[in-house]
Amino acid sequence: MSETENIKIQVRGLSKVFGSHPRKALELRDKGKKRAEILEKTGQTLGLSNISFDVKEGELLVIMGLSGSGKSTLIRCLNRLIEPTEGDIVIDDENIPKLSEKELLECRRRHFSMVFQHFALFPHRTVQANAEFGLEIRGFDKAERAKKAREALHQVGLEGWEDSMPSQLSGGMQQRVGLARALANDSTVLLMDEAFSALDPLIRKDMQQELLELQHRMKKTTIFITHDLDEALALADRIILLKDGEIVQIGTAEDILTHPADDYVARFTEGVDMSRILNARHAMRPVRAVARNDDGPRTVLRKLSENGLDSIYVTDRQRKLLGLLEADVADRAAREGQQSIEGLISDDFPKVGPDEPLHNLFAMFGDKSFPIAVVDDDQRLLGVVVKGAVLAQLAEAGEH
Amino acid sequence: MAIDIPRLPLGDWIETGLDYLTSEFSGVTRGISRITQTGISALNDALMWLPEWALMAIIALLCWRLAGIRLAIGAVLGLLLIWNMGLWFPMIETLTLVVIATLVAVVIALPVGIFAAVSDKFYSVIMPVLDFMQTMPAFVYLIPAIPFFGIGSVSAIFATVIFSMPPAIRFTTLGIRQVPTELVEAADAFGSTRGQKLLKVQLPLSLPTIMAGINQTIMLALSMVVIAAMIGADGLGNEVWKAIQRLRPGDGFEAGIAVVILAMLLDRLTQAFRKTKKTQ
Repeated sequence: MSETENIKIQVRGLSKVFGSHPRKALELRDKGKKRAEILEKTGQTLGLSNISFDVKEGELLVIMGLSGSGKSTLIRCLNRLIEPTEGDIVIDDENIPKLSEKELLECRRRHFSMVFQHFALFPHRTVQANAEFGLEIRGFDKAERAKKAREALHQVGLEGWEDSMPSQLSGGMQQRVGLARALANDSTVLLMDEAFSALDPLIRKDMQQELLELQHRMKKTTIFITHDLDEALALADRIILLKDGEIVQIGTAEDILTHPADDYVARFTEGVDMSRILNARHAMRPVRAVARNDDGPRTVLRKLSENGLDSIYVTDRQRKLLGLLEADVADRAAREGQQSIEGLISDDFPKVGPDEPLHNLFAMFGDKSFPIAVVDDDQRLLGVVVKGAVLAQLAEAGEH
Repeated sequence: MAIDIPRLPLGDWIETGLDYLTSEFSGVTRGISRITQTGISALNDALMWLPEWALMAIIALLCWRLAGIRLAIGAVLGLLLIWNMGLWFPMIETLTLVVIATLVAVVIALPVGIFAAVSDKFYSVIMPVLDFMQTMPAFVYLIPAIPFFGIGSVSAIFATVIFSMPPAIRFTTLGIRQVPTELVEAADAFGSTRGQKLLKVQLPLSLPTIMAGINQTIMLALSMVVIAAMIGADGLGNEVWKAIQRLRPGDGFEAGIAVVILAMLLDRLTQAFRKTKKTQ
C-alpha cells in the first residue's frame, strides 16, 4: 500500500443511530457502552459506530459482515439513501453529509451507481430502458443514452435482449441488467449491495468472475457488500469486516485469514478452504542444492548424495531453470564416462508461478513425487514446494 | 336520574357554518355552478346529438378493442334493451353526470392521493376525513348541496364527487406506497428528483391500483347520481323517483334494470382498461 495511491473516498467517524433521540445513544456510546445496552437503556439502535476507512481509486473493496452487522446501512450512508447521524464522507473534496438536497442529487448522479440484491429493475421498462435510466435522469439526449446503454449491455453480454422485459429474463440475466444500468451511467464509484446473494451458486461464481474481469478492465472503484466470506475472498482487493456496527478488521484476504484480529474474525474464517487462499509462495522453501549446466555428472552425483536427494534441478549461471536431472541418469552417465550433463536433463517436471493457489498443487505431485519448482516470470528458480510443506502450511493456517 | 346536561348544539353549529359559506362564497359557488352546468349541457348535447346506433357502435367498438367480442355483444344487447324501454335519454343524462362527477373526483383525488403517499403527516390527517366522507349517509350530502348550488344537476355532481372521491384517493396512496422499497431506492440512488421518481417509477407502477380506485369511484358515482334524483338530478334516477311517487313498480324496475346495465358496462370497461395497462 504505497502513499502514492489516490484515495477516492474518505470515511471518518461515521455513525448512524436509528431512533428519535440519536444524541443520547451517542453519549452512551462515548462512555463505552455497547449496542445491546444502548438499545435497552434508550430504545435507540446504534446502527453504525465511529466507522473510519479509505476507499482507494480503482480498488474493489468488500465490506463483509453477518446480517445485522450494519453493512447495508453503511453502503446506504455513502450515498445518503440513509442519513448518517454524524461523521464525514469525503469524495473528491465534497463532504457528502453536508451537501444540500440539490448538491446531493448532483453528487449521486456523478459519483454513485448502485446494484441491488433483488436487482430492483423497473418492471414496466424494457431492458434497454432500464439500462438508460441513470442517463435519462441526468438529462442525456435520446441518441446518446441509447448508445451508452447498448454499450453497457454489450459489456455484460446481453446484446440482443434490449427489447425484452425484465420479467422474461432469468435471475442471473436480470442482475446483468442491473449491472449494465450501473455501468451505463459511468459514475466514478460502483456500489454493490449483496449483488450476487440472490443468485444460485453456479451463476454466482460466473458473475464473480465477470465482475473481476470488468473491474480489471475498467479499474472502477467498487464497494461490494456481502455476508459470504468465500465471495469476499474471491473478489476483494481489501476486506472490511463489520460486527455490530463497528469495524473489526481491515486488510487483504490474506491478512484476515492468517492474522485474524480477534475470535470473531477467526470464527468467520474457520469454514474457509485455506488451500484456495494460500499460494505456492507460502509453502515454498529455498532450494538446498542445484546443479549448474556446466557441472559434470560426478559433481552432480556428489551434490545429490551430500543432500540425500534422488533428483536435482539444473540452472544456468543466472539461476534460470533448465530442467531436472535424476540420480540414476547421472549415475549411468558417470559410469559411461560422459563429461557433460547437457542432454541428460529432463523437462518432465512440475513447474508453477509463485501465485498458484495451493489447492492446484496437490494434483501436480506425480508418482515420482518430484518437488514442484517455483519460478518467476523470467524462469528463475525461486524455490521448491514439497508435498509435506503444503500439508504443513494448511495445518498451520487452520490452527489460527 | 335526570342530570341536566345541556344538549350540544352540534347541528346549529354546522348550519351556521354552512350559512356562512353559502353567503360569503356565493360568488364562487355561482361560478362553479355555471361552469359545471355548461360542461353538463355540452356533454349531454353531444351524446344526444349522436344517433342511438352511432353511440352504440362507438361503445361496442371500445368494448371490443379493450375487452373482446363478448363484452361488445353484451353491451349492444344491453343498450338495445334500454333503447327499447324508452330510457335512452335518461340513460344519457345519467352517463353524463357520472362522467363529469368522475372526472372532477379524479382530478382532485390524484394529487391528494399522491401527497398522502409522500407525506406521513398529511396521510394521518386525510385518512379520518376519508372515513367520514365514506361512512356519512349519502343522502346527507344532498342537503347542503342545495343552498350551495340550488336544485338540479350541479348539486347532484357536488354530492356525487364528495361521495365517490375517497376510493380514488385511497387507492392512489396505496398504489404509490406499495411500490417496492428497492425500486424507490434505485430511483433515488441514480439521483432522481422527486418529480422524476414520481413520473418515471412510482406512478407507472401504481397505475393498476389507481385504475382499480377509479373503477370504484365510477361505481359509487353511478349509485349516487341515481339517489341525487331526490334533489332534481335528471336521468334514470329521476325515472325511479317518478315511479315511487306514482306507485308504479314496473316503471321503477325498468329504470333500475337500465342502471344495472349501465353499471356493468362501465365496470367491465374500466376493468378491461386496467388489465391492458397491467399486461403492458
